[in-house]
Amino acid sequence: MRPFHYERVSEPVKAIAIRAVAPNGRYLAGGTDLLTLMKDGVECPDHLIDINDLPFRHIELDSDELRIGALARLSDVADAELVRREYPLLTQSIEAAASAQVRNAASIGGNLLQRTRCPYFRSETVVPCNKRTPGSGCSAIRGDQRTLAVVGTSAVCSAAHPSDLAVALVALDAHVRLEGAGSTRTVALRQFYQTPDTAPDQDTILRPGELIVEIVVPRLDPRTVGHYAKVRDRASFSFALVSAAVVLRRDGDQMRNVRIALGGVAPMPWRLPAVERALEGTGLDLRGVAGALETILADARPLPGNQFKVSLARAVVHRALQLAAGAA
Amino acid sequence: MPTGRITITLEVNGTPRVIAVDPRTTLLDALRECLGLTGTKKGCDHGECGACTVLLDGRRINACLTLAVMQEGHRVTTIEGLASGAALHPVQTAFLAQDAFQCGFCTPGQILSAVGCIAEGRATTRETIREGMSGNLCRCSAYPEIVEAVFLAATQPGSP
Ligand SMILES: Cc1cc2nc3c(=O)[nH]c(=O)nc-3n(C[C@H](O)[C@H](O)[C@H](O)COP(=O)(O)OP(=O)(O)OC[C@H]3O[C@@H](n4cnc5c(N)ncnc54)[C@H](O)[C@@H]3O)c2cc1C
Ligand code: SF4
Ligand code: FES
Ligand code: FES
Repeated sequence: MRPFHYERVSEPVKAIAIRAVAPNGRYLAGGTDLLTLMKDGVECPDHLIDINDLPFRHIELDSDELRIGALARLSDVADAELVRREYPLLTQSIEAAASAQVRNAASIGGNLLQRTRCPYFRSETVVPCNKRTPGSGCSAIRGDQRTLAVVGTSAVCSAAHPSDLAVALVALDAHVRLEGAGSTRTVALRQFYQTPDTAPDQDTILRPGELIVEIVVPRLDPRTVGHYAKVRDRASFSFALVSAAVVLRRDGDQMRNVRIALGGVAPMPWRLPAVERALEGTGLDLRGVAGALETILADARPLPGNQFKVSLARAVVHRALQLAAGAA
Repeated sequence: MPTGRITITLEVNGTPRVIAVDPRTTLLDALRECLGLTGTKKGCDHGECGACTVLLDGRRINACLTLAVMQEGHRVTTIEGLASGAALHPVQTAFLAQDAFQCGFCTPGQILSAVGCIAEGRATTRETIREGMSGNLCRCSAYPEIVEAVFLAATQPGSP
């Protein structure tokens, strides 16, 4: 690890001001991703601004929305009584992520900003990787393709986003509140991530020095149900090969307001708007869903090593729908 | 660039310890190298094996994934601090009773993780124990005995 200057701050404006004069600085939350990347030489910041004292740990529900501070720990959010009660999908997605030890240390904001697990991106010995060094090439395209994305990719990078929580949040139409030098903005999480076209090293639209302050999740109609289904190479403590977050409103024996986001298949949580529309009004017994499910990822461009993700995604969505609708 | 050592205080196993560390020092290295507490093991150094599990303010974390300077003023419990005098912690006793180790390398992390798992209320059935303990790998594959030990410690009368 390269030497760096360490500083702990307790006010957002102070953090932003320090970062403004430390262009190679990084904010440090739980450190569970950043420190790993620093150990492997992927990140070499000269300044770490420890933001753990910032007042962003709240988990609050009012009549309109749930607000989760960016520094709330994954385990605190998953265990919060009001989250378990009102947004069990969030608890499911967090409990499917990492280990209990990591979840106790990892923050919500850091989870959304974690970098891809593409093994070439994280390689301790430097190998061509456009996400790590734009223009250097892509080692994965002729190498191990199992974890790569199948949709939303480009010729320069096929990395998948690894977060479980982000998939559930995108299905719930969550927003992120951001604070930069003299400005704040609210962005739909769905618009937060970017495809790797012109700047594969930029995963999100976050500007240098901008802080994630909180996540905002709209309130749900009481008839809403959801489920997070995750398939991985071992039964626990592994990143998703494919996951699906499903949210729908039960209306008699029909489903309404269906929202589906996939994980493990794209550089971002991948919504399926056409499938959602096709499922609108279909029966909760799932008898009429086969045609719609067959169109999932029909536009994907899989590689030989990850082609299995297309049919797997259809099966995972089916499973999540079954469990959400109570038809399992 | 100011990158010198930083003096911090950690409350380790109930005793305040003052150390001067390079900011790059992980909590794991601070425990092992600065304080000589080598019971906490370094397996992967990447959060993937759980050998470095300690309790931070009573919650289990991977000591390899946090910097010592981040934990200034916090309470750390390691395997050296679990017993009260000669009396072993009930989880330690259960690991002995169930023979829940072979080489023993993963054991301190397993035990601290089990203490956390039980405190979280996750150790109710063998299935929830397997899931709750999935952050701790055992290359000797003593998993069946580990699950039994955690179950025993969690369900015996007067359990932690
Ligand atoms: C072994 C292992 C297994 C894992 N498995 C999973 C899994 O299955 N599913 C899953 O979803 N995740 C998994 N993770 C990832 C884990 O959830 C993330 O590492 C964690 O959520 C990151 O949060 P953090 O607070 O530690 O972030 P840090 O490492 O502190 O920061 C990550 C990045 O975000 C930036 N940052 C952090 N907070 C803010 C903020 N508020 N504003 C602006 N920038 C910020 C930092 O500058 C840094 O660039 C795993 C991690 C490990 C180590
Ligand atoms: S897929 Fe992306 S992250 Fe992986 S090696 Fe290629 S450019 Fe790098
Ligand atoms: S050494 Fe920390 S998890 Fe492996
Ligand atoms: S007892 Fe040998 S690694 Fe677990």
